[in-house]
Amino acid sequence: MGNVDLQARIPNNVDLKEDRRLQRALESWQPDYLQWWMEMGPEGFQADQIYLRTAVDVGREGWAHFDYVKMPEYRWGIFLEPSSPDRAIPCGDFAGQPAWQQVPGEWRNSLRRIIVTQADTEPASVEQQRLLGHTAPSLYDLRNLFQVNVEEGRHLWAMVYLLHSYFGRDGREEAEDLLRRRSGNADSPRILGTFNEPVEDWLSFFMFTTFTDRDGKFQLLALAESGFDPLARTTRFMLTEEAHHMFVGETGVGRIIQRAADVMNELKTDDPEAIRNHGAIDLPTIQRYINRWFSSSVNLFGGEISNNAATYFAAGLKGRYKEEDRFEDHVVVEGIYEMPVPHQNGADVARLATEEIPLRNAMNEILRDDYIGDCEFVVDRWNRILEKADRPERLSLPNRRFNREMGIYRGWSFDPEGNPISAIEFERRSADWLPTASDKSYVKSLMTPVLEPGKMAAWIAPPRKGIDGKDWEWEYVRFDKASVGIGLGAKPSLIG
Amino acid sequence: MSTDTASAPASPASSAAATPIRFETNPDAYRHWRLSFDGPVARLSMKVDETAGLRPGYVLKLNSYDLGVDIELADAVRRLRFEHPEVRVLVLDSAIPGIFCAGANINMLGQSAHGFKVNFCKFTNETRLYLEDMSAECGVHTVASLAGTCAGGGYELALACDEILLQDDGNTAVSLPEVPLLGVLPGTGGLTRVVDKRKVRRDLADLFSTLAEGIKGKRAERWNLVDKAIPSSRFLAAVEEHAKSLAGGEGPRGRKTGEAGVVLAPLGGTYTSTGVKHKYVTLEIEDRVATIVVRGPDAPPPADAAAARADANGLWLLRVARELDDVLLDLRFNRVEVGTLVVRTEGDAAQVLAHDAFVLQHADQDWFIFETLMAWKRALKRLDLTARSAFALIEPGSCFAGSLYELAVSADRAYMLDDPDRPNSVQLDAMNRGPLPMSNGLTRLATRFLGDEEALAAAYANDGPYDGPAAEEAGLVTLAPDDIDYEDEVRIAIEERASLSPDALTGMEANLRFAGPETLETKIFGRLSAWQNWIFIRPNATGTSGALTLYGRPERPVFDWRRT
Ligand SMILES: [Fe+2]
Ligand SMILES: [Fe+2]
Repeated sequence: MGNVDLQARIPNNVDLKEDRRLQRALESWQPDYLQWWMEMGPEGFQADQIYLRTAVDVGREGWAHFDYVKMPEYRWGIFLEPSSPDRAIPCGDFAGQPAWQQVPGEWRNSLRRIIVTQADTEPASVEQQRLLGHTAPSLYDLRNLFQVNVEEGRHLWAMVYLLHSYFGRDGREEAEDLLRRRSGNADSPRILGTFNEPVEDWLSFFMFTTFTDRDGKFQLLALAESGFDPLARTTRFMLTEEAHHMFVGETGVGRIIQRAADVMNELKTDDPEAIRNHGAIDLPTIQRYINRWFSSSVNLFGGEISNNAATYFAAGLKGRYKEEDRFEDHVVVEGIYEMPVPHQNGADVARLATEEIPLRNAMNEILRDDYIGDCEFVVDRWNRILEKADRPERLSLPNRRFNREMGIYRGWSFDPEGNPISAIEFERRSADWLPTASDKSYVKSLMTPVLEPGKMAAWIAPPRKGIDGKDWEWEYVRFDKASVGIGLGAKPSLIG
Repeated sequence: MSTDTASAPASPASSAAATPIRFETNPDAYRHWRLSFDGPVARLSMKVDETAGLRPGYVLKLNSYDLGVDIELADAVRRLRFEHPEVRVLVLDSAIPGIFCAGANINMLGQSAHGFKVNFCKFTNETRLYLEDMSAECGVHTVASLAGTCAGGGYELALACDEILLQDDGNTAVSLPEVPLLGVLPGTGGLTRVVDKRKVRRDLADLFSTLAEGIKGKRAERWNLVDKAIPSSRFLAAVEEHAKSLAGGEGPRGRKTGEAGVVLAPLGGTYTSTGVKHKYVTLEIEDRVATIVVRGPDAPPPADAAAARADANGLWLLRVARELDDVLLDLRFNRVEVGTLVVRTEGDAAQVLAHDAFVLQHADQDWFIFETLMAWKRALKRLDLTARSAFALIEPGSCFAGSLYELAVSADRAYMLDDPDRPNSVQLDAMNRGPLPMSNGLTRLATRFLGDEEALAAAYANDGPYDGPAAEEAGLVTLAPDDIDYEDEVRIAIEERASLSPDALTGMEANLRFAGPETLETKIFGRLSAWQNWIFIRPNATGTSGALTLYGRPERPVFDWRRT
């Protein structure tokens, strides 16, 4: 295994041509995938030339190749990190034994479920974002959106490769279902709730790529520690691409903050109305979007106290973030996690009592801790933008208990600091804490496309540099002249 | 069964110290169910109050249930039968979004004593069967409406309905995860109903029962695990529509729109450490022996069905049925040390026969009288299924006649005093010839005389009265000692019984009581429950490294791989 074959119908480094059965299966899935991409991928830009990076290898350097490509012609490939022959199962009851190269029968169903749940988020996010191209603030951002989209598509390929090669007929059926489900569709929704909410504006898109994609990153980090070696190797390479998605999100929000700070300084006011009148997005609105997207994303880590999490760890299916480097005990049958658990308190205000949860059962929470720590760094960097701009305002993450729809805090109300409050109090304050209808309609009013090279929408600052050593003003998207204004989606600022 | 629940620290429930469990409730007192009516369509919605477990130490998450939840379900089914003759369709659903029912609560099972687990399963099994009885006997069509997680006991509850409708949303699955997740069986008839009732192919059932995540959507429909998988956008409307479409027409024996029900009044018994006192049935405990006394009617039967309805809660057979039922449950759950049950009757046999005649005369046309008869049928089955040695003592002043004679033939043995100076008899009537079958589908007499058609025909042809020797000769009692021997004979029998291994007796009695053909019921109680009870005490389930013990804990189970 290992030679990169870029000429094959499906580019890969898994010697696909040596496995005719698998090759046939994937080649027959390919047209369905393309059909899905045409139906549910970015709307209106399929005939245009986008300056995209394509994975062509898995080394640290030179793994990607940049060029103009029409999205439907993107070379979605299957790339796994090289295997190390003596890799051991990193954690759980089998820690130290040779990693599995085939799926152990005992864990087949669990692994399939884990892979399908991860896989489902990849096409889901493409679907959630499919209309955003029409309102891009610049060609640079439009290109970044599509880069994220095609790579989520490649992640789907990576997961489908695992399903096809290791899970037999069940796996093939799951692969078909991944193309059948639709984000937000009442009859066949995507598996996880957050992935059924449309991403309607670019502020939400940047929040999504900051917070929700970051959940994906941490799930991949846990899977990168899997005792099932093909899964670990696949997810490791996915992480390489994922880093860019988070970069897009973090710098996107950062540029909106920058713009708000500049306008505040220019007008010498922090009055949200004044900022809005000047076409920027005020910090309180940004804070409410942070609250919304962060709280929705922390749900994705699963139950705080979870038998499944314990089983997955015990079986070595999932590990902790940097299992090998950060921990000495990889078996973890002892030790407890002190968790504040809400209890009935007579009234509808929760009483938090610390409970001792066996560490294995708290694995979801342990991963959530790492995720939240990572998010804190992001917010710190956003605050540094305000600091540099001499602004006194600061943004913050809400507490993990705030606004939860899953897990032990669901059904209770907490303020953004995590203090228990009544449902009535939450309702009363929610306009301060979560995006209001008027926030949304204001943000929506800003969403007019800017699709000329060198131009940037007024609500967001330009980035410091562009992609692949280019300036941000560079022509990252070349529109197909034939499609402009007809059928495939209007590009008003080009016409006008 | 309930999965992924919190691992509450186990505080071993000691059944002796715990407050006694009571079985009477009413819809106003329900904590876990909402019973509502829309004309002929009733809806029973599960919304388990997680903080309202019957015992401390577990949280009833995700609509998981304990005995308290099931007591309310049993009450709801009983009240539907008596109080709502207008109902033609029952929709069973959940009021918690995304969850139908996650099954029996695992932490509750984990902390319960073996005897409690066994009796819990027995009670829930009886309740599931009552749901099926309601459909068969009252023509109330039952529809399970699954719009979310339906695991283990949750799916078994759905299996007890006539039809199962499943929301096809890509997520909602039906599952029996007990074997793969907990190392035990689905204990509420699941395995039996899957192959025996729904006729799911055995090999597919095997796949299904080892797949923890279960089967969803169209595949569940193809395998007949559900009747229909309906897209979520149309699901609720489709269930509604389907229920309405089934609700037309009249039910049997005058069950119809506009027909007024009979509200079951509380029995209001008194419960003490030494027994229970109801109007007609009492329980008295001395050491490990309990005496149940059932009293005959204190007045002649009502003049007609309308008069019976006018004083429904006073109708003797209904009252006796409800009281016996309550006493048996008290015995099973609150008097675990009692091993032997002495069954006596007191009263006028002629009055019993008169009441029997009244009930049988009207049961064909009058739904309420029929319900009364069926309530007695269920109480007798409850006695058959109670794992205590039962000896009937037939003595002067008793009234083992017709419906009450069933007590004597349900018992493991019947002793009858033969004293020429003190007349004493047993008597039969039509009650003994069909309307009160056991769970094997046969009458108690037919089960007794299995393989001796002559004896059965003779008993069916001769209602008696039989004195002691005649009853013994006809096989209607076990022994009829004379007045010199009787007292000693009985004393020794009871003392000897009390000295034998309770486990061996439970097994022996269960094997002897249900001769004859297999039915869904006998399979559930005799095979499924018996295996389950065995698995429950095996180290692979409940040992320190057993799957049930470790469920919710960080360690994985360690099995003893030797098969028997
Ligand atoms: Fe991804
Ligand atoms: Fe991503």
